Amino acid sequence: MDSHTYIDLDHHIHTTLPMEEQKRHRVEMREDVLRPVRHTGLIGKVWIVFLIAVMLVGAYAYYLQLKNGLKVTGLRDYASWGLYISNFVFFVAISLVGALISSVLRLTNFEWHRPLTRIAEIIAVAGIMFAGLIIIIDMGRPDRILNLFIHGRIQSPIVWDVIVVSTYFVSSALFLYLPLIPAIALCRDQLTNKPAWQRWMYKFLAIGWDGNDQQWKIMKRAVSILSVLVIPLAISIHTVTAWLFATTLRPGWDSTNFGPYFVAGAFQAGTACVIIAMYVFRKAYSFEKYLTDVHFNNMGKLLVFLSMVYAYFNVNEYLVPAYKMRGAEANLLNDLFTGPYSPVYWGVQVFGMALPVIILLFKPARRPLPLVIISLSVVVGAWLKRYLIVTPIMLHPYSPIQNVPPNWSVYFPTWIEISIVSASLAGVLLVITLFSKLFPMISIWETLEGEGIDLEEMDNQKS
Amino acid sequence: MKEENENNSRRKFLKFGLLAGGATIASIGLQKNIMGETPASGEKIKVMTPDGKLVEIDSTHLEKSGVDLTAYNKELRDGIAGKKFIKVIDLARCANARKCIQGCQEAHSRQAPVEFLKVIKMKETELSAPYWMPQSCNHCDNPPCTKVCPVDATFKRKDGIVAIDSERCIGCRFCMAACPYSARSFNWGENWGIAKVKADGDASCISPGENLSNRMGTVQKCDFCPEMTSRGELPACVQSCPNGTIFFGDANEDVVSNGEDTFRLSELLKKRGAYRYLEDLGTEPRVYYLPPVNRQFPFEEDTVKHNTTE
Ligand code: SF4
Ligand code: SF4
Repeated sequence: MDSHTYIDLDHHIHTTLPMEEQKRHRVEMREDVLRPVRHTGLIGKVWIVFLIAVMLVGAYAYYLQLKNGLKVTGLRDYASWGLYISNFVFFVAISLVGALISSVLRLTNFEWHRPLTRIAEIIAVAGIMFAGLIIIIDMGRPDRILNLFIHGRIQSPIVWDVIVVSTYFVSSALFLYLPLIPAIALCRDQLTNKPAWQRWMYKFLAIGWDGNDQQWKIMKRAVSILSVLVIPLAISIHTVTAWLFATTLRPGWDSTNFGPYFVAGAFQAGTACVIIAMYVFRKAYSFEKYLTDVHFNNMGKLLVFLSMVYAYFNVNEYLVPAYKMRGAEANLLNDLFTGPYSPVYWGVQVFGMALPVIILLFKPARRPLPLVIISLSVVVGAWLKRYLIVTPIMLHPYSPIQNVPPNWSVYFPTWIEISIVSASLAGVLLVITLFSKLFPMISIWETLEGEGIDLEEMDNQKS
Repeated sequence: MKEENENNSRRKFLKFGLLAGGATIASIGLQKNIMGETPASGEKIKVMTPDGKLVEIDSTHLEKSGVDLTAYNKELRDGIAGKKFIKVIDLARCANARKCIQGCQEAHSRQAPVEFLKVIKMKETELSAPYWMPQSCNHCDNPPCTKVCPVDATFKRKDGIVAIDSERCIGCRFCMAACPYSARSFNWGENWGIAKVKADGDASCISPGENLSNRMGTVQKCDFCPEMTSRGELPACVQSCPNGTIFFGDANEDVVSNGEDTFRLSELLKKRGAYRYLEDLGTEPRVYYLPPVNRQFPFEEDTVKHNTTE
């Protein structure tokens, strides 16, 4: 072993695969993960064009909103928050999964998380990016955004949100970037036929990585620190987001359960998102060897567990008040349980929470295809749940709604809101797609390290 | 109809500032007179003493209680010195005439669908009698709305008023979500619910801190008409109610008036069993309600739908 030998900081036991075997393995994996970066097929191109088209429609809708004011939305004085805020909460929710997969599983030594970290992190980064954007879109006066810094009041939960969301964005981006450096260096050395800007970008981002001991040490130390740091940050971003509601006196939001309830829901929704992304990447990029049935099985188990935790908080959130049926809250609960919102409410609770728990207890349901279908239902449910958390409560204030134009006492999002929200969803997908076209979606060193394979050769990439 | 209303307001025009400001000022003024500090002008003015008696004093012994508007704009965040504005609404007098809404809209150059004031039909239980309840911003002393504002664009002033700086508001609408009384409304578009676009500088009826030409995307609500009270007038809603339902005054001076009748605030609240809306929430509203007992009008269902178009 020469000076390039990787020293495992976690003291993992290295298997003693023959050197030849290890080398074959490394080269094979490198080729596998670089393939999607090397070529983009027709479907990939169509997909990217489609996402850009959706975003352009959204941009036009936002232009109209800027020009004419928020009256182009379905929002009015009673339902003064709507689709944008629901969507904001959804994006913050899915971004928590970065911390869950990359940190919690890492710190608890669940080795199988290794090939999933990058997928989880890019979902986190894309989610939090668009969460920040959508909140600006919701503002009546985005031109005054600097007031938040000039006149910011630390007592306001919005300011807390600005602080934690930006901190979480920076740390998630670092958490994505640092373990990616060896892969960027690999791209720099291998993808020499790419356009100049791309080669320049690899060179720039690789910050002179040549894989010496010192670099590995620093990078791994930094990743370890970040993985601890990111957990409290992730919990606080969603807790603070929950406080945007829980610090008010509105029946339905005025709940001390809201923080953990949101965090639990976020972990569940994010896990389902990662499962969907795993499935798509496995199919589209032929990652069957790295995203195996075992990973799906384990993620399925994780989803069951998280859905159960979420169900527990739902019981606290809905059944306890329902037992008391206190004045103003009773109207809201009745409307959710048996009134106009009941189809959505029960649909979400059953398909987004109860059924996944029951079905996923059976091993065959945790195979990739059934699991991804259930995950889709969880994600759609999670999105609708955020709608249910915002809109019905806005429309059930203490004081009766009387003598207002008919469109004020209901809330239907307009095409403007729908296009903008679709554009933001497309934006998240586009960021993930483009990222996967520029960088390997599976962390080579983390995966190989998990398999106990020596990383020596990685440092000598031109060989 | 319109003229009648104008006459009505004119009839009710009242040197409110003097009357309400009377109690404390009278004592100071009289003291000063005894000490012979200022020469008397001979012009007599009626004010109320702390024990509720109306006395005549010389006008030079009055300190100016009203503040002119330029000074007011400077003091937007502090409010009118020495004041603690308060409103009392006598539910026994409300007949759903909706004139307060109209008066408020006219004073603030607003029109449908913007109503800073709403008259809501209330009926607590199946067996209890329905009644009409004018509701607007309560200028809470523990205001949930100002607590959440990220940029201090809505704030509590020393004179009790919860005001909005529409030049600073970023339009996040958190204050609307936080207000349990649904008292706030939003400028959803250019000139949203504006009856007559006035030039900037024509400040006669504009809330302090409100920029006329740059309102879109900011929040608005009842402002307790400080620009009128500082001129010595009662707020627009008080002036326009034909039944004298709404009383306005200064808690420091313990006096409220609806333009016709003037009461000692503490006595009125005690005698009539006053309460505040949603007291349980701890918002400490500055609007008191007198329960609808011994009503002056029988309850009549409203046959017309109001404010139906945007
Ligand atoms: S009534 Fe609403 S808007 Fe007015 S001070 Fe109270 S909480 Fe704020
Ligand atoms: S809408 Fe304006 S006044 Fe209300 S909380 Fe936001 S910035 Fe403050």
